[in-house]
Amino acid sequence: MLFNPHLTAMLLLSSMLCSMQVAIASTLVYCSEGSPETFNPQLSTSGTTFDASSRQLYNRLLEFKPGTTEIIPGLAQRWEASGDGLEYTFHLRPNVSFHSTEYFTPSRFFNADDVLFSFNRQRDTSNPWYTVSGGVYKYFNDMGFNKLIKDVVKLDENIVKIVLKNPDSTFLSNLAMDFSSILSKQYADEMMIAETPEKLDLKPVGTGPFMFVKYEKDAFIRYQAHPAYWKGMEELDKLVFAITVDPSVRYARLRTGECHVMAYPLPTDIKSMMKNPAIKVAEQPGLNTAYWAFNTSKAPFDNVLVRQAMNYAINRQAILDVIYKGTGSIASSVIPPTIWNWKGPENDYVYNPDRAKKILENAGFAEGFEIDIWAMPVQRPYNPNAKKMATLIQQDLEKIGIKANVVTYEWGTYLKKSRQGEHQTILLGWTGDNGDPDNFFSPLLSCAAAETGNNRSFWCNKQFNDLISLARIEPDMQKRKKLYKRAEVIFKQDAPWVTIAHSVRFQPYLSNVQGLKIDPFGGIYFSGVSLK
Amino acid sequence: MPQQLLHRLLLVIPTIVGIVALTFFLIRLAPGDPILLLAGEHGVSAERYAELQQQFGFDQPLFIQFAGYLWQVLNGNLGQSVVTQTPVLEEFSNLFPATLELALVAIIMAVLIAIPAGVLAAVKRNTVIDHSITAVSLVGYSMPIFWWALLLILLFSVNLGWMPVAGRLNFIYDIESVTGFMLIDTLIANDHDAFFDAVHHLILPAIVLATIPLAVITRMTRSSMLEVLKQDYIRTARAKGLSEFSVIFKHALRNALIPVITVIGLQTSILMTGAILTETIFSWPGIGKWLLEAVYRRDYPVVQGGVLLIAGLVILVNTVVDLLYVLINPSLRQQK
Repeated sequence: MLFNPHLTAMLLLSSMLCSMQVAIASTLVYCSEGSPETFNPQLSTSGTTFDASSRQLYNRLLEFKPGTTEIIPGLAQRWEASGDGLEYTFHLRPNVSFHSTEYFTPSRFFNADDVLFSFNRQRDTSNPWYTVSGGVYKYFNDMGFNKLIKDVVKLDENIVKIVLKNPDSTFLSNLAMDFSSILSKQYADEMMIAETPEKLDLKPVGTGPFMFVKYEKDAFIRYQAHPAYWKGMEELDKLVFAITVDPSVRYARLRTGECHVMAYPLPTDIKSMMKNPAIKVAEQPGLNTAYWAFNTSKAPFDNVLVRQAMNYAINRQAILDVIYKGTGSIASSVIPPTIWNWKGPENDYVYNPDRAKKILENAGFAEGFEIDIWAMPVQRPYNPNAKKMATLIQQDLEKIGIKANVVTYEWGTYLKKSRQGEHQTILLGWTGDNGDPDNFFSPLLSCAAAETGNNRSFWCNKQFNDLISLARIEPDMQKRKKLYKRAEVIFKQDAPWVTIAHSVRFQPYLSNVQGLKIDPFGGIYFSGVSLK
Repeated sequence: MPQQLLHRLLLVIPTIVGIVALTFFLIRLAPGDPILLLAGEHGVSAERYAELQQQFGFDQPLFIQFAGYLWQVLNGNLGQSVVTQTPVLEEFSNLFPATLELALVAIIMAVLIAIPAGVLAAVKRNTVIDHSITAVSLVGYSMPIFWWALLLILLFSVNLGWMPVAGRLNFIYDIESVTGFMLIDTLIANDHDAFFDAVHHLILPAIVLATIPLAVITRMTRSSMLEVLKQDYIRTARAKGLSEFSVIFKHALRNALIPVITVIGLQTSILMTGAILTETIFSWPGIGKWLLEAVYRRDYPVVQGGVLLIAGLVILVNTVVDLLYVLINPSLRQQK
C-alpha cells in the first residue's frame, strides 16, 4: 500500500481536532477575578472565595432557587418551626454522597453529624476545630448566629433541631448563605488524626455539583463533575476557573474563546460586548448599594447639619452618567429595589448646592472646611471606579466651599483602617447575601455594627436601631416592611450616608453557554450549565 | 582564582544577614497588621486577636522575634504564610519556576536579538541602520509595559488570533506539575501538543518581558563595540589583513562583551525577582505578584522569606557573572 503523507497528516489533524472538540465541549472555563483565600466558605466573606468554594463544591440545608432570592430545600428535605419561632426541626435528605477524591473516600452518606460539625466549629469556642486556619468566622458572627443559636441537637441520624435564643425572621435565609455550607465530619476527623487539620479548608470535600481537583495559586482551579451528586450529575465534565486579575484581559480571553464566562466586566466594555454576536450579556439590577459614609464620631460630621448639607451637595445623576455609564440607578434607599420591590423614602435628598451652602452657614461653617474622602482602590460590583467617583464628589464639594482630598489605600488596609474609624468619610458599598432587608440594615447601620466597625459611619441611633431590631423578629412581611420604612425615614433625616447608586449587574458569556442564570447575589453557580 | 571565589563567597554571609535584618524591620515599620487584615471586612474580637498574636509570635518583643526568626532561618525553616497557612518555601517553590521559565526565555530572546543588533549598529555607525536600531531600542526602553502588553494582546490574540491571551497552558491539557517548568513538564508528560501550546503561551509575555533588557543590552553592546573599534589593536588586526568578520567577532566583540555580560547579569537578576506587571496581565502565576500581595497583606513570613530567597538568587547570579567576567577577560585572570 502506498503511503500518502498528506492523507495521513490530514487524518491525524482531523482526529486531533475531534479529540480537542470533545475535550472543549465538556470543559467550561470561567475567567475569575482573583485567587480564593481558602476553600472553606465559613472562613471568608469574599465573593471570590464563595464562587470558588460554596457555590460549586458545597450544599447548605436550605438553598436559594437559582436566579432568585426564594428559599428552597437543600440538604434538608423539609423543616418545621415551633409556634414560638425558637425551634426549627430539619429533616435531612438521605443518601447524599460526599465527594470521593484522591485524598478522601467517604464511607458513609451525609447525616446529622455533619450538620452539627459544620455549625459547632463556628459557634463553640471550645471546639477543637474552632482555632484551625485562623479561626475567624466573620460571617457567622456578623449574621448574629453566635448569639442567636442556643443549641444544635441531633434527634436521629437524619433529623436535626436548631434551638434559637430569640425568634429571628432572617434565620432561614441565613441558613441558605455560603457560611452555612455543610462540610464532612468524617473527612475532618481523618485530617485531625493525621495532624493536618488545615487541609480540610485547603483541599475541600463537599456534597456539591463539582469536586475539587487542583488549585494553582494565581493560575487556575480545576473541578470535575461529582458523579454521585444527589441532584444528578452535571452535564459539564470539567470546570476551570482561569484566574485573570485584569478585566480588560478577561474580556480579551472571552473574545478569543479562552473563557466561556467572565467575571466583573468593565462598564466601558458592555456596549462592545452587546454588539458582538458571539457574546451574550445577561443583566439584572444588582443586589447592592454604593454609599458615601460620614464618620459621625469625628468633627465636623458629628453635626447632622453638615451631613445633610453633603447630601444636598452631591450630584448623583452626574456620578451615574460618568461612572456607571447607564449601568446603574440612583439609590434613594439603603436597600436596592430587587428586595421586596422596595421604594425609597420620600424624604430623600435632591441635588441642591445652594441649599447645601445655606445649611452649612447655619451650622457655622460659612467659611467651609477641609475633609478627606477615602476611595477604594478596587473595582467592586457596586462601584466601578471609586477614585473617579471621589474626584466628582470633590468637584461638587468645591462648589460649596469645601476642600476635599482623595485618599486611598490597598484594599485590605482600607477595610481595616476604616473599621477602626480612621477615616473621615469613606466610599464603600455592600452586596446583599440573603435577599432580606435586614442583611443591609443590621450589618451596616446597627449599633452593634458600630461597635465592630462594620458600620463605617459609627452612627448609633436608638430609635432606628429599635425599629430594625423589631423588624428582625417580626414574622409578618407587611409589618416588617412598615418598620423598615419608618427606620429609613430616620436614616435619611440623620444622614449618616449619602446613598449613591445601585449598579446593574452584567454577566457576559459566550453564546454556546446554556443554562447560566444570573445570580441576584452577585455570585456565580455552574450547576445546570452546559455547552452547546 | 580560588582565592577570589572564596572572597566572593565570604561576602555573601554578611549580605544575607543584612538583608534578613532589613526586611524583618522594614516590613514591621510599615503600617498595617497581618491579623486584622486576615480578619477582613468583619473584624476580630480582642481575645481572639491576643490569641492569634501569640500563635504567630507577634506578642514577643521585636528583637526576640528577630533572634527567633534568624534561628529558624538557620535551621532552614522560613515559616508559614499568615494568610494561607502554607510554608513559605512551599509557596515559593510552587511559583518560582513560572517566573524563572519566563525570565530565562525572555533573557535568551533579548540576548539573541540585542547582541547582533548592537554590533550591527556599531559597525554601521551613523547610517540608517544604526539610527533605526537606536531609535527602536529607545522606544522599547521608554514604553510603558502595561500598555505594550495590552497592545500585543489586542493585535496578536484578539484581532489576528495567532496567540493565546493569557495563562501558561490551554485548559484542555492537564499536565502534572513535576518541575514546575511548563516546557519541561509537558515533555515529561510526553504530550507534544501541550508542549507547543506552552511555547505558544510563552511568546507574548516573553516579548513583553524581553523588551527592556533588549533595549538596554542593544545600547550597551553598541557603545561598548564603538569603544573597542577605536582601539589600536583593532587597527592592527585590520592592517594584518584579517577579514572584517574576524576583526569584529573575534577581536572586537569578545572585548566588547565584558561590560555587556555585567548588564545581562543585572537584567537577569531583575527579571528573576518577578515582573509584576507582566505577570498580572498575562495571568502568569509568578513570585512578583505573590510578593507584592504579601506586602499588601502584611504577611510577614512571606515577605521575609520571599525577599531572602530572591536575594539569595540575585547574589548567586551576580557571583556567577563575576566569575564569568574573569573567565572572559584574560587580563583579569592574569592579574590575580
